[in-house]
Amino acid sequence: MWDLEANRPIYLQIAERIELQICSGEYQAGDKISSVRELAQEAGVNPNTMQRALQELERKGIIVTFRTSGRTVTEDKERIRDLRNHMAREQIQDFLKKMKEMGFEKEEILEFIREEKGEE
Amino acid sequence: MEDLIVIKDLSYTYHSYRKENYVFDEFNISFTKGKVVGLLGPNGSGKSTLIKLMNGLLSPTKGEILIHGHKPGVETKAVVSYLPERTYLQAGKTVKQMLDYFEDFYQDFDKGRARQMLQNLGIDEKAPLKTLSKGTREKVQLILVMSRRALVYILDEPIAGVDPAARDYIIRTIIQNYNEEAVVLLATHLITDVESILDEVVFIKNGKVILQSSVDEVRETHHKSIDAYFREVFAC
Repeated sequence: MWDLEANRPIYLQIAERIELQICSGEYQAGDKISSVRELAQEAGVNPNTMQRALQELERKGIIVTFRTSGRTVTEDKERIRDLRNHMAREQIQDFLKKMKEMGFEKEEILEFIREEKGEE
Repeated sequence: MEDLIVIKDLSYTYHSYRKENYVFDEFNISFTKGKVVGLLGPNGSGKSTLIKLMNGLLSPTKGEILIHGHKPGVETKAVVSYLPERTYLQAGKTVKQMLDYFEDFYQDFDKGRARQMLQNLGIDEKAPLKTLSKGTREKVQLILVMSRRALVYILDEPIAGVDPAARDYIIRTIIQNYNEEAVVLLATHLITDVESILDEVVFIKNGKVILQSSVDEVRETHHKSIDAYFREVFAC
């Protein structure tokens, strides 16, 4: 069962999670996606909710449905790159917002990042 | 979408202390196929009475209930798989005897499926029910009920009184076994545990439907889980 937040629509969270799996390379371009029922069971959600999540991803052009062979991740590597960039930007914006809330200036933040990177 | 259950102008009253008590007064609701619906309401809201009416254990004072086009009776019992709040399995019988019993009783019972699920859980068919733990007995009963290829599943508190791991199993069993032609009505107090498998929720208060909505709609509109929203609506 997947960990889901209580206060946001479930289908959105599932769609995000699949996006993350594509972003990380767990699902590659052109990979087959398990059936709605299998995924629903794995996630511990209703099949209709899973269906809606997949439809959302289809709408965004991240996954593609073929009548005969089910669903796959898009072959369009450009689209996947866009998705990765988009997700990265969202994370960074989130991070910057939180840092600013804590009262850090841009230069300080960059300094922190350089330090962290140096330690790796 | 096809309405599998239609309840029209339903009234149900009972007499006590020389007066007429209304549980339902012109109650209307319908349920379409392919959905898992949570019937949620505080104690005394009428959930159990509604379930008993749908199963023909009580008769409406006025109005009607149609399930797959029939009033509750012989025809509906063939298509409704009901998990009551309290067990009706006989403690002295073995699991296998209960399987045979269900096979005799219900044409739509898929014995192979039930046996497979029992086997997955390592439940011995030769074991008398009384030797099983409470949690295991509840699992057996749910397996029997979910192994029918029914059109309507009515589950009254299916996860009360079992541990969280068993709850997960029960919830998975429900998702695995219903199909797009069927509707699952799930009455429970343990909202958090079932939230992710519900399509739709119905809030019942004092015999009235105060909300019938998709789960994600509630989350989108109120930015709250169903459990949190329920607490808000029914705050004492």
